[in-house]
Amino acid sequence: MTTAVTATGRRPATMSQALNRALRDAMAADPAVHVLGEDVGTLGGVFRITAGLAEEFGDDRCTDTPLAEAGILGTAVGMAMYGLRPVVEMQFDAFGYPSLEQLFSHVAKMRNRTRGRLPLPITVRIPYGGGIGGVEHHSDSSEALYMATPGLHVVTPATVADAYGLLRAAIASDDPVVFLEPKRLYWAKADWEPDRPEEVPGIGTAVVRRRGSSATLITYGPSVPVCLEAAEAARAEGWDLEVVDLRSLVPLDEETVVASVRRTGRAVVVHEAAGFGGPGGELAATVAERCFHHLEAPVLRVTGFDVPYPPPMLEKHHLPGVDRVLDAVARLQWESEWTSGGAN
Amino acid sequence: MTVLEQPGSHRPPPSRAWRPRTDPAPLLPDEEPYRLLGTPAADALDPGLLRLLYGHLVRGRRYNTQATALTRQGRLAVYPSSSGQEACQVAAALALEERDWLFPSYRDTLAAIARGLDPVQALTLLRGDWHTGYDPREHRVAPLCTPLATQLPHAVGLAHAARLAGDDVVALAMVGDGGTSEGDFHEALNFAAVWKAPVVFLVQNNGFAISVPLAKQTAAPSLAHKGVGYGIPARLVDGNDAPAVHEVLSGAVRRARAGGGPTLVEALTYRVDAHTNADDATRYRTDAEVAAWRAHDPVELLERELARRGLLDEKDVAAEREAAERMAAELRDRMNEDPVLDPMELFDHVYARRTGRLRRQAEQLRAELAAAEEGTDR
Repeated sequence: MTTAVTATGRRPATMSQALNRALRDAMAADPAVHVLGEDVGTLGGVFRITAGLAEEFGDDRCTDTPLAEAGILGTAVGMAMYGLRPVVEMQFDAFGYPSLEQLFSHVAKMRNRTRGRLPLPITVRIPYGGGIGGVEHHSDSSEALYMATPGLHVVTPATVADAYGLLRAAIASDDPVVFLEPKRLYWAKADWEPDRPEEVPGIGTAVVRRRGSSATLITYGPSVPVCLEAAEAARAEGWDLEVVDLRSLVPLDEETVVASVRRTGRAVVVHEAAGFGGPGGELAATVAERCFHHLEAPVLRVTGFDVPYPPPMLEKHHLPGVDRVLDAVARLQWESEWTSGGAN
Repeated sequence: MTVLEQPGSHRPPPSRAWRPRTDPAPLLPDEEPYRLLGTPAADALDPGLLRLLYGHLVRGRRYNTQATALTRQGRLAVYPSSSGQEACQVAAALALEERDWLFPSYRDTLAAIARGLDPVQALTLLRGDWHTGYDPREHRVAPLCTPLATQLPHAVGLAHAARLAGDDVVALAMVGDGGTSEGDFHEALNFAAVWKAPVVFLVQNNGFAISVPLAKQTAAPSLAHKGVGYGIPARLVDGNDAPAVHEVLSGAVRRARAGGGPTLVEALTYRVDAHTNADDATRYRTDAEVAAWRAHDPVELLERELARRGLLDEKDVAAEREAAERMAAELRDRMNEDPVLDPMELFDHVYARRTGRLRRQAEQLRAELAAAEEGTDR
């Protein structure tokens, strides 16, 4: 009886639990998967994503490393060279910066510089983004840096089910994956069946989270729930908004984005990262290049301001919220000033 | 088990009975650089090993001069010579077993070649061809590393993974005096010590990081003294004394293989040539200094020892030099052939599978190449 399965199977789960389960399942399925990072062992990570792994798989599979991010990622490179699949945890977005040289100069390039002979199947998990009242250096969104580095895949889930599926896909990938975990969604709940997790298409597939016809909100990670909420609120204004969750920034599922915008004729890109030099520019350019004749209005961006991440007491002014998204939608030239004679 | 119950994780409050966690004395380096040539111990050295080292040194020196000459002929874009450091290069390669891994820096092509790598393949990086012209797994030689000291954590991770797998594989990582100032040097040594990874760190202290002398690089008593801070035993050795370097490195490799953990080796040597062909060494060092080191040349030191013990006559010397000339001529001939690179390969190794963007860019380049071809045909 299917009702019995539903009764015992689906239950509320948080994104952090789904990530933990993904690590556990990946480690059980493949002895080459090793987790390493700061406090990931006994403590289970500061966000508890690795809770119980050291206990279940031993300290050699889930290792508390010395406190040195370049060393963590650098040793992961060597481990991958010897055939392991390291999953590295950076404790917070900005704490990962000491490892950027290893990431940019080795992790991203090793396959290429060795003409395919030394692929590095490394997953770098990075809790990112703001909205949790974190003090300085705990709330950065630096995905543009990773996106601009050829050789890296860049992935970020927005739902409990995707968190599991994308992390399994990242660990299974033979390419290095920067896995960005929206930390303010760690405790977001959804009904989920941990013993029969939903299939998630591989890395590089966007998903339409909400069907709509008036305009497309292109977004990812922590801004997906914001855009869904904005889309609901927009109904009162008579706008039927489509929401595309990119899930993967590299590779970018251009086809889903382009198909959506060609249908709706309008687009707003929404993300927390600073606008200047941010992912929104790349997305807006892609839409302009491929949807020009379908566009009714310029592509707009709603992003974090071009400021260093603000103090917690000011972050609500910085983070793109529902109102700011709706304001942008309102500016999509619904009633052309040209045709109504309003222009002067 | 709580944190406090875990062995080694609980630190008692300081008391009068405080003692260091390990005894630092055995970790300290030799008071004098370890030497064999010119000492009574030299008499006991295995003649076969000495002849093997000598052959490698002679060919290594010739390789350095040939590669430098290739830069003048435009066949190499740049060559960071290891002339004067051949004893370190050769000993590093010979201290390892086949199953071990070498992690060279960009100045260590000679070590890679002494390990069996094809000289032309080893030079692709420096001739403008693909960055790593060889399969690192074939001879277990990691890519020649340009960002200084960044390959040291790789050596630690690989050695750690090997140990976890139960394989008795050792990694030997090479770095220069300048590289010891990098953060990755520190992190690699620390990780290696904590994990007891089977790694040997060889610091070739050649006196200069391009132009910057050691005194501007560190205030440590010696680079070998840095080991004690990590709980790693260190050895100091005359880097121009090939059998001494070989013995010290072999001992460190044996110790690592037996589960004894990492060793830091500082080899005192000198870069007789400039940093690269593009460098002017007269701007930062005197002729007298270079001359003094030329008088302590690794090839001549070993040659003298072999002659003293009657293990080498003029005929042998001539034969070794002839072999080196043949190697140089072959290298010259092969390097004079223009490598053929396929531009379309640009897109082949970025990811396991090309992304949509890379597919489009590949098509663009293919069309450009076809158009250029058509243009030439007309």
